[in-house]
Amino acid sequence: MSAHEHGAGAPAGPSVSPFKLISTLTVFGAIAGLLIVVVFQATQPSILRNQAAATEQAIRQVLVGGAQYQTLFVHEDELVAQVPAGVDTVPLEKVYTAMDGDGQRMGYAIIGTEPGFADNIKLIFGYDAASKQVLGMLVIEQKETPGLGDKIVKDSAFVNGFIRAATPLRGVKIGQGKGTPDEVDMITGATISSRITIGIINHQLERLGPLIEAYEQAGGA
Amino acid sequence: MKPTAAREDLLRGLWKENPVLVQTLGLCPTLAVTNSVENGIAMGIATFFVLVGSSVLVSSLRKFIPNEVRITAYILIIATFVTVADMTLQAVVPVIHKQLGAFIALIVVNCIILARQEAFAAKNTVWRSFLDAVGMGFGFIIALLLMCSVREVLGNGTFLGHSVFGPNYEPWVIMVLPPGGFFTLGFMLLGIAAWSRRKNPKPLRARPHAVTMQTTQRAVV
Repeated sequence: MSAHEHGAGAPAGPSVSPFKLISTLTVFGAIAGLLIVVVFQATQPSILRNQAAATEQAIRQVLVGGAQYQTLFVHEDELVAQVPAGVDTVPLEKVYTAMDGDGQRMGYAIIGTEPGFADNIKLIFGYDAASKQVLGMLVIEQKETPGLGDKIVKDSAFVNGFIRAATPLRGVKIGQGKGTPDEVDMITGATISSRITIGIINHQLERLGPLIEAYEQAGGA
Repeated sequence: MKPTAAREDLLRGLWKENPVLVQTLGLCPTLAVTNSVENGIAMGIATFFVLVGSSVLVSSLRKFIPNEVRITAYILIIATFVTVADMTLQAVVPVIHKQLGAFIALIVVNCIILARQEAFAAKNTVWRSFLDAVGMGFGFIIALLLMCSVREVLGNGTFLGHSVFGPNYEPWVIMVLPPGGFFTLGFMLLGIAAWSRRKNPKPLRARPHAVTMQTTQRAVV
């Protein structure tokens, strides 16, 4: 098979001026850029809406039955409902809180991300500051081994083990626990993923627990 | 142009010159995202869209693209379509977009697409290039579907998330892991080679490229 048959290889005919080459690519680049900007503008609102909806749905799953949800911001080592004017809230870490129908605080929802066995594990969990208990846990993102590590999402015994577990949590192998309230049974065959999941919650509480306490003492303003 | 040419353009990619199973192009997505039928379909449709869009554009602009910068121009066109597909998927089906992750962006370097621009769209009319791209795009979808059906059914016991073998089936986890992709593709190519050997008993000298070379030649003549 010769180069000619492919239409590739040496250019046929006289060579084209560099100006033509550059102008062709410039025009192509400009049109491509314009097209991408248009599509970006068109899809961005719905992408942001999807992300917000996904977060809200996750919050509702770990703080079940809330009548009203509120976003709090971690600003200068303090948990605040309102940031000072002029501060951009987008890069700030957020903690969510829910009130029940009577205006009683039900708890906080905290998002945490840490490297798992494969790629990051991102999860959200509900936390009751008064009893220092976890209210529920939901893995939002993970790429753990299918059939093994990804059981941290699907294994209902593991996921339900977080409900009303006392913090700091302690992962135990099934059957080796002593029945204390801080125990969470790890998944057989997914010990690393289980341990990381439990670790994310403990680390987040170690850091954010005191902030939540201070926020509650200040009257939750 | 003979009346059968249009039909030939369309049908060629489906089976006789299937981009994956015969030309063995685009193996990266074929191996990487075929662990569930849902992912396979989404990847197939995204690639189909990019292939058809790029082929139509490249063939309609073929007189304006200087030979020296054609590959750059093709990549620019392909990358634009991929970005559009990426943002559209993120806006419309965020869950699937999250599953496919980086592989959407990698459609840019899928050699099926660049190969069709260079071998076909760059020298044929818009209509013929459109038919060729539709055929090749469907061929890719067919190959992905074959792959991911086998892998999801054996590796997860489900098809499109619906249980196939009932609750007592022990999933053959390796099939949804990377090795399962190689096994499935290997056996599939073996089957195709055996079948085409039987249909066409001319001695092919056991060269792995023999089939590909032959068909490519037919495509460019």
